[in-house]
Amino acid sequence: MMDPRESRGRRLGVTYAAPMGLWLTLFFLVPLLIIVMYSFLKKGLYGGVEWEFTLSAYQQMFNPNFMRVLLRTLWVAFISTVITIFLALPCGYAMARSKHQTLWLGMVIIPFWTNSLIRVYAWIAILSSEGFLNEALKAIGLIKESLPLIYNQGAVVTVLIYMYIPFAILPLFTTIDKFDFGLLEAARDLGATKPQAILKVLIPNIRSGIITAVIFTFIPIFGAYAVPLLVGGKDSYMIGNIIVDQVTKTRNWPLASAFSLIITLLSTLGVVWMMTASARESARSKTAPQVVDANGGVV
Amino acid sequence: MKGFDVTVKDVSRAYGAFKALDNVSIEIKKGEFFSLLGPSGCGKTTLLRIIAGFDSPDVGSVLLDGRNIIPLPPDKRQVNTVFQNYALFPHLSVYENVAFPLRLKHIPETKLDTKVRDYLHLVQLDAHLDKKPSMLSGGQKQRVAIARALINEPNVLLLDEPLSALDAKLRQNLLVELDHLHDQIGITFIYVTHDQSEALSVSDRIAVMNQGVVLQVGSPYEIYESPATDFVARFIGETNLFPAVVTKCEAYDKYFMTTLEIPELQAEIKVTDYDELKQGQQVSFTVRPEKLKITGHKPSRVGKDINLFSGVVEEPIYSGFQTKYYVRLDNGTVVKVQMQHTNYMDEGPDIEWKDQVYVSWSAEDGYIVEVIDK
Repeated sequence: MMDPRESRGRRLGVTYAAPMGLWLTLFFLVPLLIIVMYSFLKKGLYGGVEWEFTLSAYQQMFNPNFMRVLLRTLWVAFISTVITIFLALPCGYAMARSKHQTLWLGMVIIPFWTNSLIRVYAWIAILSSEGFLNEALKAIGLIKESLPLIYNQGAVVTVLIYMYIPFAILPLFTTIDKFDFGLLEAARDLGATKPQAILKVLIPNIRSGIITAVIFTFIPIFGAYAVPLLVGGKDSYMIGNIIVDQVTKTRNWPLASAFSLIITLLSTLGVVWMMTASARESARSKTAPQVVDANGGVV
Repeated sequence: MKGFDVTVKDVSRAYGAFKALDNVSIEIKKGEFFSLLGPSGCGKTTLLRIIAGFDSPDVGSVLLDGRNIIPLPPDKRQVNTVFQNYALFPHLSVYENVAFPLRLKHIPETKLDTKVRDYLHLVQLDAHLDKKPSMLSGGQKQRVAIARALINEPNVLLLDEPLSALDAKLRQNLLVELDHLHDQIGITFIYVTHDQSEALSVSDRIAVMNQGVVLQVGSPYEIYESPATDFVARFIGETNLFPAVVTKCEAYDKYFMTTLEIPELQAEIKVTDYDELKQGQQVSFTVRPEKLKITGHKPSRVGKDINLFSGVVEEPIYSGFQTKYYVRLDNGTVVKVQMQHTNYMDEGPDIEWKDQVYVSWSAEDGYIVEVIDK
């Protein structure tokens, strides 16, 4: 016999969860299922699909050209994320220790009020061969000929870092802000040098913030589309661009769906891997066995 | 005695216009349990942070075993700190917290293991090796912090109000443990506290500080029984304190019998003092509530050295082991009197509210303190 209070609690829980559940089903689960379905169907002549099961989308995907783009996308996302985190860490640290937190937060957030495409165009104005940077360098006599600053991989990585660094700074700032800086003094007191204190005490204690920052930067960069299109060159195509091409130009919706699934799958796997790794890390080092089990169970 | 002696020499430290430390000099002996005592903002923590290396003085030096340590970073000083909020590393287990300093030095695993277990045994935490700090009680956390600070075998242990976050009972127990630990290890302890009873009960010597200045350095007995200034008298324990003027001073035994005129009491009182004072000198007079005797009838022994006043009990405060009386003397001034309850040599019926009473004390129980506060 169930406790009546418990059953009432359950009914309430269902009521509270229903709107969110409905929302996620309608706008996340159903579209995702449609994409899964499309990826196993035959391509329609003028876009769309024909209702015939086939694996041809996946076979087409193992084209060496596509594979090269996939690897490049992974590489660009990886390198941009690493640089972003390395830049965002000291920023978040400085903001958390600053007396003018609101001011700095504003500086990080204000660029969001401008449309991202406009900001990319601003970068074009800065990086192009007659752009601000080249003209400035020429004016002070450092260079005579314009440097190739745009339409290459470097420009893509630069602009991607610029676009996504706030997404790394904000979670890092919030976790570092909650960090007890007295712990760094304790570490110094116990014989740690400054870098040792940062590495062995600060970093492990803000791990959750770092993981969030990595996820928030890596995933959107992995699916980037506008930036490589606008500031990249011939060799800067990323998966996002392929998907758009497959939908709009080549009209191969099943292939576009298959690529979308690959992005989702790789991102999800990455997130799960990072979260399990972090759980393992926190369960490591002389912790009681039952705690390891508890964490393992959750993950 | 092990440990190092610590000499603080002419140290000043200002934050903007605020003088946290104003020309402070203290000599702490090898192996001493030394307390820095004072109200919050008196500079005691700043001084501790300067010794630990987290802050540096504007002028002055700190000598550890005769060597100036001001240029050294905190990690190069043979000094370790027990922090007020414990400052345990939340991502590490109790074991790893204590092992932290050894791991930095790359001590071999077997040696490290024995040592960590030894030190956790010392603070009675053998059963909690694998727990995370968040799973420990306040007292256990502080024990981990102590073990962690001691495992580097420092020559001086700094304790920054280590017990202030604990409840009264636990504080007493840990205080006794700290005292034992000090006896066992024998290194120099520098203990910062605002709690005078903590300082009095464990220290070999105490420095009383206020507004960045050291007012008095001495044994707990000296600090309590012969405070050097108004502030020390008021800060350490309870007291009755009056401004006074010296009217007469004559040799008496090994002391000087001094007569003071106290405007608030509208009377002259007698007090013995080691120093000869000049007539007309402005001083303060203090006498502790427990040195005053309260009686329902006029005391039989009234000699040259007894000061006697009569008054009315305005407020008796019973607190179990004693009663504190606020007595309004006939001249209008209120004094505090403390009385222990015993039936031995019972001196008549209990004294109650609104009773007519006599308050008396011996000239030897009062103290003259110099006036520097005003």
